[in-house]
Amino acid sequence: MSARRVLATWARVLRQLRADPRSVVLLLVAPSALLALFAWLFEGTGRFGRVGPVVLALFPFVVMFLVTSVTVLRERRSGMLERLLTTPLRRGELLAGYALAFGTAALVQAVVTVALAVGPLGLEVSGSPALLALVAVVDALLGTTTGLLASAFATTEFQAVQLMPVLVFPQVVLGGVFVPREAMGPVQQAISDVLPLSYAVQAAQAVATGASEGAVWRPLGVVAACILLAVALGATTLRRRTP
Amino acid sequence: MFDGFSLDVSAGCITGVIGPSGCGKTTLLRAVVGVQRTTSGTVEVLGLPAGSPELRRRVAYATQVASLHDDLTVAVNLRHLAALLGAPRDDVDDMLTATDLRAQAQQQVSTLSGGERHRASLAAALLGHPEVLVLDEPTVGLDPELRRDLWALFRHLRDGGATLLVSSHVLDEAMRCDDLVLLRDGRAIAQGTPREVLREAGASDPEEAFLALVAADRARSRSAS
Repeated sequence: MSARRVLATWARVLRQLRADPRSVVLLLVAPSALLALFAWLFEGTGRFGRVGPVVLALFPFVVMFLVTSVTVLRERRSGMLERLLTTPLRRGELLAGYALAFGTAALVQAVVTVALAVGPLGLEVSGSPALLALVAVVDALLGTTTGLLASAFATTEFQAVQLMPVLVFPQVVLGGVFVPREAMGPVQQAISDVLPLSYAVQAAQAVATGASEGAVWRPLGVVAACILLAVALGATTLRRRTP
Repeated sequence: MFDGFSLDVSAGCITGVIGPSGCGKTTLLRAVVGVQRTTSGTVEVLGLPAGSPELRRRVAYATQVASLHDDLTVAVNLRHLAALLGAPRDDVDDMLTATDLRAQAQQQVSTLSGGERHRASLAAALLGHPEVLVLDEPTVGLDPELRRDLWALFRHLRDGGATLLVSSHVLDEAMRCDDLVLLRDGRAIAQGTPREVLREAGASDPEEAFLALVAADRARSRSAS
């Protein structure tokens, strides 16, 4: 693993993001706007305290899934991936560079969104806001790595975008957002148990309710394991030799 | 794809791979770079199996569709590739000069003309002074003046010790190479210096030679079946 090549990839992907200012604005403003909408909707009901942290956990996942799957798909289809893999760049270095770049974007997004939530929107978090931001960044990385994997199964950008609801909505429905996981039937709970987003939601809720540190770190560890699994699977889809 | 195909490319020469579209030029070049999945046969470059990690700094490849990041400037694209190769930073300026792209250095690749794009891709392939350059149709769509300059650059690189493998479907380019391979349907139907190929075909210009060799090959395969 060469730090120079990882950093070169990191800088390049960030430059590509910066070259598209409208996307950057959407990346930073869209989650905040949605959060503000929820705060307004639930004003005075006290329910924003429950929904807010979940939105903070879900949004980075969805946004980073889309950004990464489209970016990587473009790279695959333009022949750029093949060109890059004829250089000394290793697949692991490319993936690390990607994760670092989108992780950086996610960090900025999380800081902006969490600051807005706990500041002007008055979201009450019993745990530390920094921990909530960390949960958001880890979820964003899960989105990045799943998006990378998904890009291997799409041949057009249209398909890549459509994979998002297929992969995300079932996880939102069964992830304990609408119905608490404890209130689900045994089959629903079993499915929920194997969905990575369930743990992302759990970690965010644990921070919000001020549960013990273990209640935050355990689900977060599961999400981290899913990230590693997605990276390993994603790496096998980045082939140097193609027909 | 290839049928009983054997080809030796001489080091320190410009070898032209000539043939009509779909004859297997790109597949052959990709096999040399090591990105083509091969089912049988061996390809060795500089004594190592094609695509070996040790070769990735020594062999460079410019694809037919210029592979650069559209949303970045020419200079940023080249600096990124130079960093991946571990090439000195001066290389970027040198290659921009060599391909006459200094004026376009700060321009986004998506705004370049077809010819400029091609040259930028070539500049990227030249970074780090590779020993072997594999160029897929590097001069397609370029005006005559630029084509002449690029061939002068190719000869300059060869004189510096580099080996070039250049594909083209433009037959007059064939005459500029040191060695030629004529491909048809995945088979080499003629090999040798341009002079030898012309003599074998009994023709005076490459176009005539190519047509004669293809006709002879077609007749041969017909009588064989």
